[in-house]
Formats: sequence, structure tokens, C-alpha cells
Amino acid sequence: MEPFKTHTGIGVPLRRSNVDTDQIIPAVYLKRVTRTGFQDGLFSAWRGDESFILNQEPFSRGSVLVAGPDFGTGSSREHAVWALMDYGFRVVISSRFADIFRGNSAKQGLVAAQVAQPDVELLWKLLENEPGVEVTVDLEEKTVQARDLTVPFEIDDYTRWRLLEGLDDIGLTMRHVDEITAFEATRPGRLPTTAQV
Amino acid sequence: MGRTLAEKVWDQHLVREGEGQEPDLLYIDLHLVHEVTSPQAFDGLRLAGRRVRRTDLTVATEDHNVPTTDVELPIADPVSRTQVETLRKNCAEFGVPLYPMNHAEQGIVHVVGPQLGLTQPGLTVVCGDSHTSTHGAFGAMAFGIGTSEVEHVLATQTLPLKRFKTMAINVNSKDGTLRPGVTSKDVVLAIIAQIGTGGGQGYVLEYRGNVIENLSMEARMTICNMSIEAGARAGMIAPDDTTFEYLKGRDRAPKGVEWDEAVAAWRELRTDDDAVFDAEVDIDADALTPFVTWGTNPGQGLPLGDRVPDPAKIVDENERVSAEKALTYMGLEAGMPLRDIHVDTVFVGSCTNGRMEDLRAAAEVIKGRKVADGVRMLVVPGSMRVRFQAEAEGLDEVFREAGAEWRSAGCSMCLGMNPDQLAPGERSASTSNRNFEGRQGKGGRTHLVSPLVAAATAVRGTLSSPEDLN
Ligand code: SF4
Repeated sequence: MEPFKTHTGIGVPLRRSNVDTDQIIPAVYLKRVTRTGFQDGLFSAWRGDESFILNQEPFSRGSVLVAGPDFGTGSSREHAVWALMDYGFRVVISSRFADIFRGNSAKQGLVAAQVAQPDVELLWKLLENEPGVEVTVDLEEKTVQARDLTVPFEIDDYTRWRLLEGLDDIGLTMRHVDEITAFEATRPGRLPTTAQV
Repeated sequence: MGRTLAEKVWDQHLVREGEGQEPDLLYIDLHLVHEVTSPQAFDGLRLAGRRVRRTDLTVATEDHNVPTTDVELPIADPVSRTQVETLRKNCAEFGVPLYPMNHAEQGIVHVVGPQLGLTQPGLTVVCGDSHTSTHGAFGAMAFGIGTSEVEHVLATQTLPLKRFKTMAINVNSKDGTLRPGVTSKDVVLAIIAQIGTGGGQGYVLEYRGNVIENLSMEARMTICNMSIEAGARAGMIAPDDTTFEYLKGRDRAPKGVEWDEAVAAWRELRTDDDAVFDAEVDIDADALTPFVTWGTNPGQGLPLGDRVPDPAKIVDENERVSAEKALTYMGLEAGMPLRDIHVDTVFVGSCTNGRMEDLRAAAEVIKGRKVADGVRMLVVPGSMRVRFQAEAEGLDEVFREAGAEWRSAGCSMCLGMNPDQLAPGERSASTSNRNFEGRQGKGGRTHLVSPLVAAATAVRGTLSSPEDLN
């Protein structure tokens, strides 16, 4: 996973609350067997509608999604995060995230930045008045900045540290590989193995 | 202070105790893999250039998608075929042992582990499938994980986890037995109806009491299997002589001196007398009768002798709304006796009730009788071993003579990922574990039942217990 310090990209105002994971990516896409290529499933029900924000230039090139409260509710599918990232999003901003979505985001390196709703409204206005305006998300400072608007965001310290270091779950665990090897040496020889003979 | 069984197993697997907000790092003894939740995990390894750390603690089988007829032919459904073929490719590339379709050891992942003797007391067992809780019947700590955790275990053989809370479920009766016609399936349905589908959230359940002690291993597996339907992370039962008896001589069980060592270690795996659970629930097993579900979650169940509940009489608003919705979906009228509910299909199988004892119980009821007109009965053994054993005992003939279909091993109609599905509006009595909307096919209506009730229902065409056949 790439370390995340700051990111600058086009902000996309998504004026909807309760965007659940079925809307982010519907169940039909779950049948795939790959980890990549989910961008076509992102918001697929809405993308049929020409007026949908991601069907408009320059938003279709956006990488910072600014959504309404309760983003990512519903099923725990990790595909929701994959779809957002495959599309090109690096940051999602909302005043409230579903817990599981937030956890899944941290694992994949998507920044789920919690911004107070009044500040979300300010961002929406700015992005709508000036389509294509760039938003800078600074994880060290925990700020979102666009033009002369700078607002703070919240993210828990542990997740922030992991993202800054670029450590996915496996990378984190592998920092303790010596301890794992040491533990393995203590396992009794009688424990079962699956090796085919 | 003493420790519970779950805490002992946890402590024995601590690679590293988390500091502050950091979770513990737990070693995983056995990782079971199947075709649905593993492809992206392998793909993730590939993207990051990682390998499988312990192929000798990992085993894969094909179960969710496999057809149960014409198993020699290529799988017709392209999505199912892709998943199965991807699993084969991944196992070959990463060196993971695999039991593919038509292999003598193939079957539902939760049936295969125990029958090989891989599932043993005190192990940590994971699988990308929520019914991994089944293996807890041996006193193992066994739980389902998501795809990114599957990748994590493949790469590191460990999982970062926060400690679970513990809950004792005490199941007792005067003489430690269940009333005739009552099975462990009825016990677990009654438990879920009592504590609710969220009642076990965050907990490891430990099933205890004289009734549990007297159950066979297969009956214990049925109970632990459905722990997840109460929202629990896992369910466990302390290992005892019944457990050791079951394991002795199995392919992967310890042999000789190691067997004696193992049994000595396993005997320590009991909750200490002075240990304290975070919660306790008591079940009066003398009051239990055959249980069936009427709604669309496993907690919506009642004794077979009852009537479909009247939502208007439910005080809790959420439950009332959920009951109203369930009755509409299920096409049932409040107040109707459960025994009057007609079914179109009877399904005996799944990791809940697809083992030898389940098939024997169903066969005994149906022997010499006929499946009612207009009812289709599917009997799907949980594994190839179960299938061959049942055939050796002539159970396949018993089912066929009664008019039931005898199939090859797999998950089948438990979730309808293969062609075994309910048509819209069709109603089943099913020995599986989930009666969610559409679980057994779009628009399908599921009543969860024991194998005994399933067989009796097939004969009468309405929800019935064997008693009703006399
Ligand atoms: S039988 Fe049903 S519950 Fe069990 S593993 Fe298969 S699909 Fe899951």
C-alpha cells in the first residue's frame, strides 16, 4: 500500500445521504474473481442517468468524493472500497461513516475523512460553483483545503499512522514476522497438517 | 481468577499481545478455503508479490457452487465454473492442497474438516464462511472471516483481533436428555428465538449443561454451526470423551504417543469453575418440542404446535414491523396453525444437517413411506464420504423408494448458488441454517426445520413431526 501524506485532486460533490454499499456497488458485481477492475460497477444504478455527477466533466476525473452523512452503510462488502479506488478516488469525505466501511477503507488505503456537516455544505457549494476545483487533503495536518477554504477532519490516530506509513494489515503484521516464526517453533509436533501424502 | 474455555484457547495462540488500541495477534492452526471467498484473496497476494506462508495448515474444497447432479460434466453455469476453475488455478499456483469435485474427500468445507480429523480441540480454525463456527463443537475457536482476512491468514498465518466477550448458554433437562422427536437443531432454533439474531453479537458462546454433554459430536456441530445466526463470533463446546472417541483413528488425528499427549492436553480445555462469563443464558430443555421458523430470519421460530404469530400483538416496534414484512413475504396469515403450512420442497442437507446422523434420522422416518404428491424432496449429503457411507447403509435406496432425489455432495439448496433453487413463491422445509428472503432462490420461502421434521413434512406435505405420522 502506498503511503498517503497529502493528495490533491478534483472534488466531487455527492449530495446524498445514506449511500449504502448496494448503491456504491450492486451485488451482481460480487461474482467476479479479481481484485481489480470494479470501476464500472461504481454507483452503477445512478450512472445510467446522464445528469449524475460522475457523468459530467470534469467530475468524471474526480478523486475526492464529498458525500452526505452515513456513507457506506449496509453490507460489509469490501468491493465498495475497491470500486471507489479503482475509479480513482483516494479520499471520501462525509460527516458520518458506517463502521465497517471505515474499517475496510483503512485496510485498502482509502482515506475516510470525517468532516462536520456544516463544513461539508461549504465544500459542496464551492465545488458546485466552481466545477473542477482542486481539493487538497493533508493527512498529517488533518485538513481539507480548496481555494481559500480550509476545514479540519477527523480520523483515528491508529488509522492515520497506518495510512501515513503505507502499511496495509498484512504489512503491519509482517513487522512482527520474527515473533510469528518464534511462535511457530513452540507449536507441538502433534498438531494436524493438511499436507497431502 | 479462572478462565473460560475460549480464553484458554485464545491465550494459547497469542503471538503478540496488542498494546493500547492495537489488537492481539493470534496464530491460526487451520485455514479452510473454498471457491467463493478466496479468489480476491489470492489475487491480492499476487498483486503484492506474497506467497502462502503455511500451505500445510491450509486446505481447500469446492462446495458452494458445485452441482449435485451430473457431477462428471463441466459446470454449466459460467460464473460458478469460473469460481471453481479459479480456485483450482490458485491452489496449483500457491501450493494449497485441494479436494476438487469428484474427489473422495470433497464436500462442504465444514463437513470435510471434522471428518478428516483436522478439526481438533484447542485449535484456532478460520474460513471465509460464517458457518465456520461449526468446528467449535470440538472445543476449537472457529470463526468466519472476510476476504481480506483470508488474504491476511494466507500471507501470515495470523490474524489481528480484539478479544471476544464470552457467554454461557446452559442447556439442561432433568435427566440430561431431550424429549423424543427433539433434536439439537430444535435446541439451537429455540436458543436463537430466545436471545435473538443479535443476542450473541461480540460474544463467543459456550454451550454447556447436561443436555450438551449427552449429545453426539454431529449433534454438537449442528448447534455450534448456527451460533452465527445468533450474531455470535463463534460457538464452543468443551471437549470430552465423546469428542476423543469421535477423533480417535481419523486420518489427521494424532496417533500413538502423540494421541495420549493430545488427550492429556485436551482434558485441560474446560472452563475453570471460578471463571466468570460476561453473560449467561439458561435453556430449559424439558420444555423443548420440535421447532420451526415462520419468518425470514432464524430468530423467528416457534414450536411446531404453535400458530403463526400475530404481529399486532408484538410490543417491540422493530420486531412488529419485521414480523409483518416476514408474513407478507412468506405468504402466511396470522393465527394459522404452523402444522397447516403446505410446502413444495423439502431439503435435507447443508453443513448444519448434512451428516450421517441427519440422513439416518430422516431415512428412518421416511422408510416405507412416500413423499406426498406435489412435493419434491432433495437429499444432499454434506460430503462425498457421507454420500458413500449412506449408500453403503442403503439410505440412498430408502430415499429413492420414498420418491426423494438422492444427490451428490455440496451446499446445494442451502444457498442456491448452484442449480438447486426454489422458484419464486415456492415454499420449503429445509434443514439448512438461513431463511433469509431469497436465500434458496429468488422469491423462495424457507422454513428451517430438523431432519426429523423435514422427513415427516415430506410425507404429509405440511409442516409435521414424526409423531404426526402415526
Ligand atoms: S451448506 Fe450453506 S451454510 Fe454451509 S457452507 Fe454451504 S452455503 Fe454456507
